[in-house]
Amino acid sequence: MKDRFANRKYFIMALVLLAAVVLIARLFYIQIVDKTYRVSAANNALRPVTQYPARGLIYDRNGKLIVYNQAAYDLLVIPVQTSAFDTTRFNEVLGITMDDFKSRMKAAVSYSRRAPSVFMKMISSETYAVLQEELYRFPGFYVQARTLRKYTRPVAAHLMGYVGEVDNKLIAKDRYYRSGDYIGVSGIEKSYEEHLRGRKGVNIFLVDVHNNIKGSYAEGRYDTVAIPGTNLWSTIDLTLQEYGERLMQNKTGSIVAIEPSTGEILTLVSSPTYDPSLLVGRVRSENFTALQADTVKPLFDRALMASYPPGSTFKIMNGLIGLQENVIKPTSLFSCSNGYHAGSLTVGCHSHASPLNLPQAVAQSCNAWFCNAFRNILENPASGSIQDSFDKWRAYLVAFGFGNKMGIDLPNELSGNIPTRSYYDRYYGKDRWKALTVISLAIGQGEIGATPLQMANMAAVIANRGSFYIPHVVKKIGDNGTPSPLYTQKYITGISPENFLPVIEGMEGAVNGGPGSTARGARLDSIIICGKTGTAQNPHGKDHSIFVAFAPKDDPKIAIAVYVENAGFGSTFAAPIASLMIEKYLTDDIKRKYLEDHVLNMVIKPSGKEQ
Amino acid sequence: MEKSNNILARLDWVTVILWLAMMIMGWLNIYAAVYNEQHTSIFDMSQRYGKQLIFIIAAIILAVMVMVTDNKLWFFFAWFIYGFFILLLILVLVIGKEINGARAWFGVGAFSIQPSEFAKFATGLALASYLNSKRQLLGIREMIAATAIIIAPVLLIAVQPDMGSVVTYFAFFVVLYREGMSIWVFITAILAVALFLLTLILGNLPVAIGLLVVAAIALLVTSGYLLTLKAAAVMAVTGGMAFLIGNYILDLDTVLIIVLAVFLAGVVYAWFIYRLRMVNQAIIYAFLLGGLLYLFTVDYAFHEVLKPHQQTRINIMLGMEDDPFGEGYNLNQSLISIGSGGFAGKGYLNGTQTKFKFVPEQSTDFIFCTVGEEWGFIGSTVVTGLFVWLLLRLMMMAERQRTTFVRAYGYGVFGLFLVHFFVNIGMTIGVMPVIGIPLPFFSYGGSSLWGFTMLLFIFLRLDAGRTEYLG
Repeated sequence: MKDRFANRKYFIMALVLLAAVVLIARLFYIQIVDKTYRVSAANNALRPVTQYPARGLIYDRNGKLIVYNQAAYDLLVIPVQTSAFDTTRFNEVLGITMDDFKSRMKAAVSYSRRAPSVFMKMISSETYAVLQEELYRFPGFYVQARTLRKYTRPVAAHLMGYVGEVDNKLIAKDRYYRSGDYIGVSGIEKSYEEHLRGRKGVNIFLVDVHNNIKGSYAEGRYDTVAIPGTNLWSTIDLTLQEYGERLMQNKTGSIVAIEPSTGEILTLVSSPTYDPSLLVGRVRSENFTALQADTVKPLFDRALMASYPPGSTFKIMNGLIGLQENVIKPTSLFSCSNGYHAGSLTVGCHSHASPLNLPQAVAQSCNAWFCNAFRNILENPASGSIQDSFDKWRAYLVAFGFGNKMGIDLPNELSGNIPTRSYYDRYYGKDRWKALTVISLAIGQGEIGATPLQMANMAAVIANRGSFYIPHVVKKIGDNGTPSPLYTQKYITGISPENFLPVIEGMEGAVNGGPGSTARGARLDSIIICGKTGTAQNPHGKDHSIFVAFAPKDDPKIAIAVYVENAGFGSTFAAPIASLMIEKYLTDDIKRKYLEDHVLNMVIKPSGKEQ
Repeated sequence: MEKSNNILARLDWVTVILWLAMMIMGWLNIYAAVYNEQHTSIFDMSQRYGKQLIFIIAAIILAVMVMVTDNKLWFFFAWFIYGFFILLLILVLVIGKEINGARAWFGVGAFSIQPSEFAKFATGLALASYLNSKRQLLGIREMIAATAIIIAPVLLIAVQPDMGSVVTYFAFFVVLYREGMSIWVFITAILAVALFLLTLILGNLPVAIGLLVVAAIALLVTSGYLLTLKAAAVMAVTGGMAFLIGNYILDLDTVLIIVLAVFLAGVVYAWFIYRLRMVNQAIIYAFLLGGLLYLFTVDYAFHEVLKPHQQTRINIMLGMEDDPFGEGYNLNQSLISIGSGGFAGKGYLNGTQTKFKFVPEQSTDFIFCTVGEEWGFIGSTVVTGLFVWLLLRLMMMAERQRTTFVRAYGYGVFGLFLVHFFVNIGMTIGVMPVIGIPLPFFSYGGSSLWGFTMLLFIFLRLDAGRTEYLG
């Protein structure tokens, strides 16, 4: 076949020669003409030194400092830049063994040969001083300044949370973090990590083969300045928090106090607790293991994560729902003969006058009254069925924040539990259950569970006569900042303000009323406290003592929930603690020293696991 | 015995010696690239240079095996071989091993085999076989069929994804060019690349205006000033309309307004062009409108199809971005390595950049850094020269064939080596974007070494039997 395109080979040949000329010309330029690459090569050991910003400080609501920073030093290594050096002297300075040295080096190499990794964390200032002088003898190693957390008072450990090292999973996910970086692991440190951490900067230095810094790479063109973290103003009252933790010493349980008008959390105590400085620096992992192994579970944040049956405190809710649904009146009278009797079913009650109206029933915590009220709610002729009434009842509770996470700005909050219609349908068969089947809900027992946070929020709703802000622990992000917009939105529960009045009257009576009132131990002469006791049945041991309250009655400043595990009746233990907290907060002074001593000296050994 | 002697006598020994020299030089440079004090023996099988030695020995055995085959085998089984490797490319997507995010490898014990390296010679054979059966002037139908043969493996490799290998398949267009592809395809392709780069460097608007100016000049040259003025007047009117529509009704940007104006003007021109049979003017208009529409494709392709790191690599090559610790790290370190080599280099095993392992992938894709740093400009030129020698030798061999089949296959081999050679060395010195493809016979790795050896020796075998009749 005649080859018509044979001439094209010349063009292709020209292409080859062109390619060769381009490459050789460029090689000639970079290898012979341009000298900058030779200079770069001499100083090519680029060392990125991260500038760690100081983490944001945390203040209490009155501007008292809670968490701040202290200096610490990390020793870093870039494995490819190391060469033979006096390891004996090196180990001597750091106080480590040869085996230790080898395993640390191996870990560094396995992370990356080219990127820096932390060889030894948080070395002391003394070691740092010695090391700094001899560092030139250890090529590839250098020191980076860090900050560690420090606490003004050994309190609020669960709230503040702690800072730990990022794990490899997170490093893979989030490009901001590098091996050895710190990150908030729990509490405010975690939920406000992005504000507190600031922004890392980096200085890129040129380092020669003798480990000497030769200057800034490219005149600092690629350097970035570290931006310090944002300070936070928490809603916590540090004095009250410390007092609460003192009152709860030797007891298991929690205190949650909220400012009703804002939803700001004044105190969040979970007992037993621990000193937050235990989880700082090199001792952290050791102490963490010890705390984790502790049988009283000091790391467990009961205020947000323990879900208890609310017991009698829950009668308030049934009273409010009954009034709103118009199935009871404040003046409704129900009699009680040591309990509620319906057929073979009996819900026992203590001895008290009979019959009672609503305020009296709240004050004296009558079981029979609320069984009747609850039955009226579910058997409401205005609804289609028991089950429809139940849905309505549950909707009110959800509006109060029960049964779901409240959305507090702290991690690991639990949602508690309000059983659903389908739960009972599964259990008893579809629509084959009646008011009496679930009657224990009337008095806050049964399948129901609420966290201390949710109970404190309930107290805040009552104090506000029907509305609330989601409880939160940070009021200002930045020294002149605002809270997250989530927490400035008002929530309405759907119970009319006037329906709160008889319930509040009952709560006032419980604390300040005559004989039969359940919480007279909480009474204060100067301030009207409204409260309600409760006892949560505990299948594992002695019952838990509960008290929810707010004060003063008019224009309330504090709403509080107190749980003391395994302490028995609410009136005996939780009520005095709540009362002291209210007194401390509102008057800044404790007049009832005898009561304070009594509470401080109470020692309640846990008799079983919390629920 | 007589026949094998015959083959040995006809074997192109120059190419064989170039091949051996490149493999040995590659091996020495791999030793330098991964050299460290703990493993100094060049035969240490736990190290890459030890493994590469095994690969080289295996490659020599492979070459001998190819040489003892009957050369008719490659002609008759071209399509079968092609089909087999297409199947392997499908299979690797299903049961392949994922390395660095690409499902491109079959795991075989401790080794991994990359079928895309072998699919190259298979594609070369199939394409040669197809072209052998056609008349030389490639019409549209032949072009489509030939492109389909090339595109099938490309699509499968793109899914892996291994964009580096995808790029190398463009080498086969050299074959099509030599075998009679329309010169316009080539010109259009070059224009397209030029427009692409200009658009990225200058932006949409200047290039759009540039296209208008070029069209006007072309019109002036071909049709005289009167017609040009008329056309410009039409453009002015439609431009005004487009501006009103674009600005007040549709909210278009300036470039889109220009496109709209050209499109509207086209409606008017179409009538004149049809009436007066103005072929030149029609071509100019088609190029103008096509060019403008292409601008948008470029914009879209660059921002939507390419991944951010690929965009950055192209921007770095064009000098529009500087990122020495991110995507530009490799290139920056590579330039420092090669640039610091100077005229005579730092000497074998004395490369500081190499020793400190600043350049990642230095034994594979960036092996040329070691050459540049330790052997300097002299060494770089020698390696470049060896490749040019090999390429010209391959061309010469292809041109002496009597059948289209062997010539086309030879140009396929030539094209692949040309692309690998230019893109790989080009990326290490910043004249090409960073595309991860190996330098033939130099880079570490069994698959690429064996793939290139197969590619080369099939051609050597066919060349050795060039006096025999294939069919």
